[in-house]
Amino acid sequence: MKFHVLGAVSGLALVASGAALAGPEAEVLHWWTSGGEAKSVAVLQEEFAANGGTWTDMPVAGGGGDAAMTALRARVLSGNAPTAVQLKGPAIQEWYEEGVLADISAVAEAEGWADVLPASIAGHMKCEGTWCAAPVNVHRVDWIWANADVLEANGIAMPSSWAEFNAAAEKLQAAGIIPLAHGGQAWQDATVFEAVALGILGADGFHKAFVELDEATLKSDGMKAVFDQMRTLRGFVDPNFPGRDWNLATAMVMNGEAAFQIMGDWAKGEFLAAGKAPGEDFLCASTPGDGFLYNVDSFAMFAVDGAEKEAGQQLLAKLIVGKNFQKVFNLNKGSIPARVDVALDEFDSCAHLSASDMAASSEGGSLLPSYAHGMALRGAQAGAITDVVTAHFNSDMSSEDAVQQLVTAVANSM
Amino acid sequence: MTKWLEDHLPKLMLAPSFVAVLVFVYGFIAWTAWVSLTRSRLLPKYEIEGLIQYERLFASPRWDTALNNLFIFGALFIVIAMALGLLMAILLDQNIRTEGAIRTIYLYPMALSMIVTGTAWKWILNPGLGLEAMVKGWGFERFSFDWLVDPDMAIYTVVIAALWQSSGFVMALFLAGLRSVDGEIIKAAQVDGIPTWRIYTAIIIPSMAPIFLSAFIVLAHLAIKSFDLVIALTGGGPGFATDLPATYMYAMAFSRGDIGQAASSAMVMMAVVFAIVVPYLYSELRAQKDD
Repeated sequence: MKFHVLGAVSGLALVASGAALAGPEAEVLHWWTSGGEAKSVAVLQEEFAANGGTWTDMPVAGGGGDAAMTALRARVLSGNAPTAVQLKGPAIQEWYEEGVLADISAVAEAEGWADVLPASIAGHMKCEGTWCAAPVNVHRVDWIWANADVLEANGIAMPSSWAEFNAAAEKLQAAGIIPLAHGGQAWQDATVFEAVALGILGADGFHKAFVELDEATLKSDGMKAVFDQMRTLRGFVDPNFPGRDWNLATAMVMNGEAAFQIMGDWAKGEFLAAGKAPGEDFLCASTPGDGFLYNVDSFAMFAVDGAEKEAGQQLLAKLIVGKNFQKVFNLNKGSIPARVDVALDEFDSCAHLSASDMAASSEGGSLLPSYAHGMALRGAQAGAITDVVTAHFNSDMSSEDAVQQLVTAVANSM
Repeated sequence: MTKWLEDHLPKLMLAPSFVAVLVFVYGFIAWTAWVSLTRSRLLPKYEIEGLIQYERLFASPRWDTALNNLFIFGALFIVIAMALGLLMAILLDQNIRTEGAIRTIYLYPMALSMIVTGTAWKWILNPGLGLEAMVKGWGFERFSFDWLVDPDMAIYTVVIAALWQSSGFVMALFLAGLRSVDGEIIKAAQVDGIPTWRIYTAIIIPSMAPIFLSAFIVLAHLAIKSFDLVIALTGGGPGFATDLPATYMYAMAFSRGDIGQAASSAMVMMAVVFAIVVPYLYSELRAQKDD
């Protein structure tokens, strides 16, 4: 009797492993769990299934990815990494240094990624020359959003320099309108800060300061000017801003309570969801100054065992960078495709502006990673800078002190 | 066999929990201490590098703020909660009619989680939404109460919310203490014509010393491990003005991938707890020996 049970169990096990042999497998760890994002991932899931793959979804919500990273750490330490993980920027390199990423160069070369991705974005997807991650989208961070009616009523055009912005803001303030809608959370302070820094330091200065962490640039007069402008901006937000969520700030622009918001293009999703039309109800423009700060979501590929899993990984990588997914996903998410050869007919005017600016910046060498969104620096360094930025913005610290603290904090974070 | 079991059953019963505590409490304290001496970033590494993480920790202005906040918050919270709790307990002790109902009302906040308390107080203290807006709405245009958004004052809003949550509990502790004082002594004092306030200051309160100690220990550990209240009330802001060591540790370990730094801050937090608990344990254990 016992023998029969055993036989039946091992028979079942054989059937189960037989099923697993059927095709490519992928287990995907991500934190795209909210409405539009979940829909976007479902697109990839369907495409994967249509190509004969078996998708195991591993969504871990919470903490802007912090919870997912904790789950990932546990999985990697127990020697059982997922196939693909939503990771971005230098975090990919950090995991590579732990020796747990896979090489997907075969797919990347077969699909010609190098020809269709902007060079600086492709750089993030490579680990010491081999491809180890696949990009999903490009969010632009240095956007300024405005309420079209408020601007028209006060005779103001979209500002093309920070001086113009300050003049417009003073005019709005006199008219009883909050010039700048802002939420006082550290990452939002950092978002505004890097937009100002790009405008004042220029593309080269930005790269030196926030990618190379060049000490001379960090304590330069230009950086002091950046902090001065932050202090000026502090005067343009309403007193009630601390702790406010970014989408509430966007709502203030929408209902005309405030005129401008400086925020990445996820804010566009809020406008569109409220039924506002770009160019009519709200305006989008890059913040004053040249350049383009990108925030690229991507999937890093972890080393896995077994032919099915490897096949799944390669199929997944191919589909992620495929034209169809790049288009559908980004239409849902408000960003633009990472590959430059996707037709943009169905995208809105802000996305068109974003795409043409990205191409131009890539040519001119001013396509830069966003420091505030974890693209330029590792967590500890970016966090150290953000600590100084948010401490300065929320106190009466002088720009000289801020610059001094910036240098110390960066040195201390190494 | 039965005899052996009889002798060893207590030990056998305790062994699993003893092993669990050994591994999951003391084992992981040792692990954290080890990691705090390394340059661990994303994943723990085990090559000892010396005290580098502690040097970084004490050079960080944010940690400075967090530690200062802990002392401000801890001192105010403990002292005011004990004073308020004692006052309320004494007032309740005057044989008033609705004592049961009032006691329940004051104890009730303890039943809420800190997240609920924090969120509710965030709305109450928000200048554009809560108290300030309401008083302004009544016509007092110059009324201002914007501590929540003032970096210098924000930590005191955390104290207010924590007091609201915990004072009732301290009151219940003290009330039990007041009731346990021997009624004969009080009656004797009353017969001697000693005024009521003297009875409290000279007889009742001194005889409640053990209750004070318990209340202090409970409040101190509530203060040191405070995390959820700050997260819900201010999110550590404005800036990082209301950071506490626990929120600092969380940010380093889970947001910034700086495990070594997080481990060193955890060790310092533990040292602070030890500085409070060890003298307490010492006095307790010595008292037992003396008996």
